[in-house]
Parts: sequence; C-alpha cells; structure tokens
Amino acid sequence: MSAATASTAVVPGMESGHYRSSKLPDVKLMMWVFLASDIMFFGTLIGTYLVYKGRSLTGPYPVDVLDVPLTTVSTFVLLMSSFLMVLALHALRQDDIAKFRLWTFGVAFFGAIFLGFQVYEFAHFVDLGLTLQGNLFGTTFYVLTGTHGVHVTIGVIWLLSILVHSYVKPWTSKDDVYLEVAGLYWHFVDIVWIVIFTIIYLVEFV
Amino acid sequence: MAVSKVTIPAPTPDSMPTAGLFTRPTWTTGIGSWLTTVDHKRLGLLYIGASLMFLAFASIEAFLIRLQLAAPGNTLLSPDVYNQMFTMHGVTMVFLAIMPLGIGFANYFVPLQIGARDLAFPRLNAFGFWVYFFGAVFLYSSFFLGGAPDAGWFAYAPLTSLSNNPGNGTDFYMIGLLVGGIGTLVTAMNLIVTIVSMRAPGMTMMRVPVFTWMILVTAFLIIFAFPPLTIALLQVIFDRTFGTLFYVPEGGGMPILWQHLFWIFGHPEVYIIVLPAFGVISEVIPTFSRKPLFGYPVVILSGIFIGFMGFAVWSHHMFTTGLGPVVNTAFALTSFVIGIPTGIKIFNWLGTIWGGKVRFATPMLYAIAFLVTFTLGGITGIMLAVPPFDAQAQDSYFVVAHFHFAMGGGALLAFFAGLYYWFPKMTGKLLDERLGKTAFWLNVVGFYLIFVPMHVVGLIGMPRRTQTYAEGIGFELPNLLSTAGTFVMGVGLTLLLINIVHGFLRGKPAGNDPWDARTLEWAVSSPPPHHNFDSQPVVNDRDALWVQKYPESVHGERVPASASEPYDAVGIHMPGQSWYPFFMGLALMVFSYALLYHNFWVVGISVAMIFFFTYAWALEGVGGHHLPAGPRTADQSRKEGHA
Repeated sequence: MSAATASTAVVPGMESGHYRSSKLPDVKLMMWVFLASDIMFFGTLIGTYLVYKGRSLTGPYPVDVLDVPLTTVSTFVLLMSSFLMVLALHALRQDDIAKFRLWTFGVAFFGAIFLGFQVYEFAHFVDLGLTLQGNLFGTTFYVLTGTHGVHVTIGVIWLLSILVHSYVKPWTSKDDVYLEVAGLYWHFVDIVWIVIFTIIYLVEFV
Repeated sequence: MAVSKVTIPAPTPDSMPTAGLFTRPTWTTGIGSWLTTVDHKRLGLLYIGASLMFLAFASIEAFLIRLQLAAPGNTLLSPDVYNQMFTMHGVTMVFLAIMPLGIGFANYFVPLQIGARDLAFPRLNAFGFWVYFFGAVFLYSSFFLGGAPDAGWFAYAPLTSLSNNPGNGTDFYMIGLLVGGIGTLVTAMNLIVTIVSMRAPGMTMMRVPVFTWMILVTAFLIIFAFPPLTIALLQVIFDRTFGTLFYVPEGGGMPILWQHLFWIFGHPEVYIIVLPAFGVISEVIPTFSRKPLFGYPVVILSGIFIGFMGFAVWSHHMFTTGLGPVVNTAFALTSFVIGIPTGIKIFNWLGTIWGGKVRFATPMLYAIAFLVTFTLGGITGIMLAVPPFDAQAQDSYFVVAHFHFAMGGGALLAFFAGLYYWFPKMTGKLLDERLGKTAFWLNVVGFYLIFVPMHVVGLIGMPRRTQTYAEGIGFELPNLLSTAGTFVMGVGLTLLLINIVHGFLRGKPAGNDPWDARTLEWAVSSPPPHHNFDSQPVVNDRDALWVQKYPESVHGERVPASASEPYDAVGIHMPGQSWYPFFMGLALMVFSYALLYHNFWVVGISVAMIFFFTYAWALEGVGGHHLPAGPRTADQSRKEGHA
C-alpha cells in the first residue's frame, strides 16, 4: 500500500477524511445549511419591510414609482435563467461540455439582464425622488432589493468563474456536484425574488 | 438497538492538483505553523486560549464595576467610563469569551468524539477562528480609538443613533459583531456538516455523545439566530453611515424593531451558550459516577426541544415595552414551557449520579456546583417570566443576579468542569487536584457572595447600569458584600490560571484515559496525534470507548471491525496548511476599519482583496498528503507532524 505517497485530494465535494455517514456530498449539505441560514437573512429584511410598510411620512410612496409590467419582464428573465440552470446541469451530467458551457453562460447572461433592469429601476426611482434617506419606503426597498441584487451579482460572478474554469481544467460529469451547488444557490435566489416581487410589487396593487 | 448491516462503498481517491499562488506552508512548529494551521485540535486550542484571554479582560471590567459600586457616591469611574465598562463586560463575556469557549471545545472534541479525521472543511474552520479573533481585536481597539461602545451589550435603539451617540464606540460594536458573526456562522455550518456526515461506522445518531449532540443543536441555533442580529447590525450601520431611517423616529422608524430583532437573536444566544455547557455536564457526570447517562434519548430530545422553544420566548425580554396583555401572556406561557425540558435534564443528571460510584474530582465538583447554581438561576428565570413580577423587577439588579446565575454559574462553571476534564487530553498533563479544589471553593464561594446579595438589592429597587447610588436606602451592605465576593473569586480565577500554567510546565503525565472515561476522544494518546486515529474507528455502542474497555456491556448488533478496512487502505488524509484563512481574516479587519472611518476607497480595496483571496483559496484546493493507516509508536506520530 503506497498510501504515504497517494494523491493530494479526495472525492469531489470532500475536503477532509474518507468515511461518510451520509450520502449527501459535503459541499451540497453545506449549501443547504447555508441556504437555511440565508432564509433568515432575507426573512429579517422582508419582515422589516412589512413592519414599515405604509409608515413612510413623506412620498414618493410605492404606488407612485413601482412599474409592475417592467419588473414582470425582469422577473420572467430571472425565472428563465433557472430553467437554463437545469439544462446546464443536465448537459454536464451527460458530459455534453459544449451545451454545459452554453447554458451556463445563458444563466449568467440572464442574471446580468436582470441586474441591468435593477440598475435601470434604481436610477429611475432616484429620478422620481425615491432615495435611501428620503423615506422609510426608500430605506427598506433599496436595502432589501439591493441585498437580493448582491446575491444575484455573486451568482453571476460564480457562474462565469465556473465557465472560465471549465476551459482551464476541463470539467466532466464527475464534477457535477460543484455545478449543482451553484445551481442550488441560483434557484434559491430566484425563489427569494418571487417572494420579494409578490410582497413589494404585487401586494401593493391588490 | 439494532444496527443495520454496514455497507460501505469503496472510497475513490481522485487527484486534484493544487494551484496555489504561494508555496503551500508546511511548518510543523513555530508561529507560522499556528497561523497557517487547519488542524481542528490546534484551532480548538487557539479558540480556548483566546476566549480565556477575553475572559480575563471581562473579569477585569467586572472588577472595576464592582470597585465603583463598593460604596455609595463613589467617583472611581466616571459615568461615561462606567457605561463603557458594563457594555464591554457584557459584549466580551457573551461574544468573545463564553461562546468561543464552547466553540473551542467543539472544535477540539467533536471530531474526536465521532471518530473523524477533522471537521468537514478544515480551511473554513481556520477562517472562522481568524475572523472571530480579528473581530475581537477590532472591537477592543475601540478603547484606544475614541472610546469603547457604551450603549449596553444589547445596544438598544435609539441609544445608538448618530444624534444620540456620535462617537466611534457604537460603530465598533456594530461592525465588530457583524464581522465576528460571520466567523461564528461558518463554523456552525461546518460543525453541522461534520456531525451529520462524518460519524464513524456504527455511530448512529442515537449513539452520538451528548456533547456532540448539544453542539449540533447549538450549531442549528447559530445559523438561524445570527442572521436577524446581522441584519439588525447592518441596518444600524446603514443608519449611521448612509443616513437611512431604520431606527430614526423622526423619519418614522421604530426603535422597538431593534429590540425584537435583537432578542430574536438574543434569546437563542442564551441557549447557544448554555447547550454546549449541558453537553459538557452530560460527559462529566457519567464519567465520574461510573454509570451511563440516565435517560440518554430524553436528554437529547430535551436539548432539541429547548432549541426549538428558544425561538419562541424572545418577547419575555420586552414585557414592559407595552406589547399588550395577550402577547405578554403568550410569551409568559412559552417561557414556562421551556423550563420543562431544562428541568428534565436536571433530573436526568441527578438520576445518573444516584447509585453511582461517585468520585469527587475537580471536574465533578464543578458539575455539581453547576447543577445547584443553574437550577437557582432557572427558578429566578421562571419568576421573571411572570409579567407582573417582571414589571417590578425589570432593569433591577434582580435581573443581573438571575442571568449571572444562568450564564456565569451555569455555563461558565460547566466550562470550567470541561477545562479540568479535558485538560489532560489536550496537553497530556494532569492539573493539580489540590490547587484545583482550592480554586473551586474560592470560585464558588466568591460567586455566591457576589450574586446572592444582588437578588436582595434588586428587589429593594437598585437599578442596573447606574454608575452610583445614594446613601441610606439599604444598598450599602449588599453592594459591599458583592464587591468583597469579587476579591474571593478573583483569587480563585488566578489560582485556576496558575494551575493551567503549572499543569503545562510540570503537570504529571496523564496517560490516554486518566478518568476511565466513556467516549472516543479518550481512546487516542494525550495529546492526540496530529492524525487523530491510527485507523478508522468503528462504534458498537453509545459509550464507544467504554464498551471497548468492558466488552461485556455491549448492547445491540456489532459493527464488524473489517468495516474500517477500505478506509485504512486509502490511508489517512492530512489536508494541507493554508495562508488564506488568515489573510481573509486580515482583509475583513481592513474592511472593518475602512467602513468605520468612511474611507470608501479602502473599503473597495479590501473587498477586492477578499475576492482575490476567495479565488486563491478555491484554486489552491484541499492539498495535503496521506499517511498510512495502522498502529504506530508515539515517536513515529511525532515525526509525522505536530502533535
């Protein structure tokens, strides 16, 4: 047994030791645990938004600035990016590397479009007089959607990094857990947006 | 309890070359080996050492508070300095001393108790420590940079608003806890993955040692309780830095929201501190009673139930804020309910001692002191959970006495039990029993002398967080007694410290298992070799080591010893050391100072540094090497790496 000179690392998704008492790869379990925690981060921000809803002392108020059709389009783009994420993971598991790269780029690209919408929306709202300091709606709106935007930005950078890395060190179906973990994160950020879109945009016009 | 047949897939090692920017550090001794270590035992020692240092700082702050209150009208500390002292005493004890002490024990002993090589993510573990450490240094640097935080450890809004508190202190609190909290969060996530996925073959969840179980519950509490605090801190940082309106009443903001968010974190935090202490007690009492823990499943389930209920009682900290009778009644009821599982545990520990062959070594003495003190703290807790009583006692020294009985007499005494219990394992040296018992009696007598009079002086009306008091209203004697108690406890704590230093330098050799203990950490040498176990352990019963020593007591099916073979064939994986956790902690400290001084160029640079180190970390890979499995001498272990 030439174990002393054995390879430098272990199975994908594992950083330490060999035996596992669970079938879930470590990185995947780690992501689930992180997302559980992230729910509380967003939960607190959404809670703050709801507590302060309708308590702004001055305008502009939500109905003055929110443009539901526009944000519906960006929401649709973000939802479709999740669909591409599924395709990318499926392609990688089939060892179809060209499609895996195409769809991964697609996810990041759709995420970037969503961010473009958000930048436009923020700039437009500031023009309409809604600022971070102006009233409670501005304070809670920008911090909540901004935190979500930071999540999307990190996701886009992550996916583009995976794309670049797939050229540096060719990826195979054996590496699927790393893409799956990025996918879990991406789907989560997507689901959180559905909640935020409902609470900030849709509920306002019910 | 039947164990299903253990079928283990053969491990498939895969080569993944490391692509580090720097050569990978390989020091085994010296300061570099400590800065770059990813070993859970070394990180555990770093946690324990750092938290004992901050325990000393917090004790000095408490001592100054007591000196100020020794006599009416005293002018030793100005009101301003006094505010900083009680704030930093609380912040340090909760965030920098007692909680990291529990995390330190978890780091050291969870992998050993479950028969694992390390935590699941060794580099992330190192990152958690460095973030905690640099966050703590950042917070303490406030003393030299314009004054420490002074709004109480809970920093109620609007005391923290820019107009009410223009100094830097509050920013140090907000940013320091925000950054330090990141370290606590990732360590908790790491511990969850470790305990779920890295238990030795045969160690079902109902065979996991109680300390590890309580750490699992604690880790879940951390991942759900810290985010509300983090967001609340972020909101205040935004208020103070960018002029948002979260807690600005003039703009419609509601300061009460801070109280809700803080206590949604703050009450689970009590259990984050106390559950590991319960775990320690559940190890110490069976060992020194030579009996298995009475009602193991009930102890575990009570711990889980406490964890759940911990999130449903936060408003009992806010009975006097005017939430109304319905809310107060609901939270009073949940607070009574949480007393039940705690009481169950007390009876289980008593049931374990009952009929056992009890040895009154120092760890056991601390455990018994814990039982008595924590029960008394729990009883005053039930009193305070009654809203009319709380309305009377709110913000008085009665509350101070209550939570010091629960956190100081509860958690801290239990951790002292743990320190005496595990010191021989961590160092290979025994602590002096005579010195230990002397220090124990001084600590306990001092503790009661400090905090029993506080119940009295609180009920006759002395308010908390007040720099001085008037003569002739009955406050003098209890305060003088409390201050006298700090001298007694001060001597006790000093003796404890001397005992530790003495033990390091000239303690008698401990041997592998000085207490005839029950769990796997005592199966390896003292101190444990760098690689922990010579071969993959298999577990046949709840008290895994006990049944190895006394095989006639095995219950249930056995796991074949051959279960470890495929893993031993691959060898023992030793992950490579890394600079990046340390650098990442440093970058976060730069970020903290830049944000505090509103220097957004440096904020940008530090964020770029964090991104850069993230990539370097990811590309560097796990690295490391494999050692052959199998028995070896202590000498061979030493040659293989630091022990």
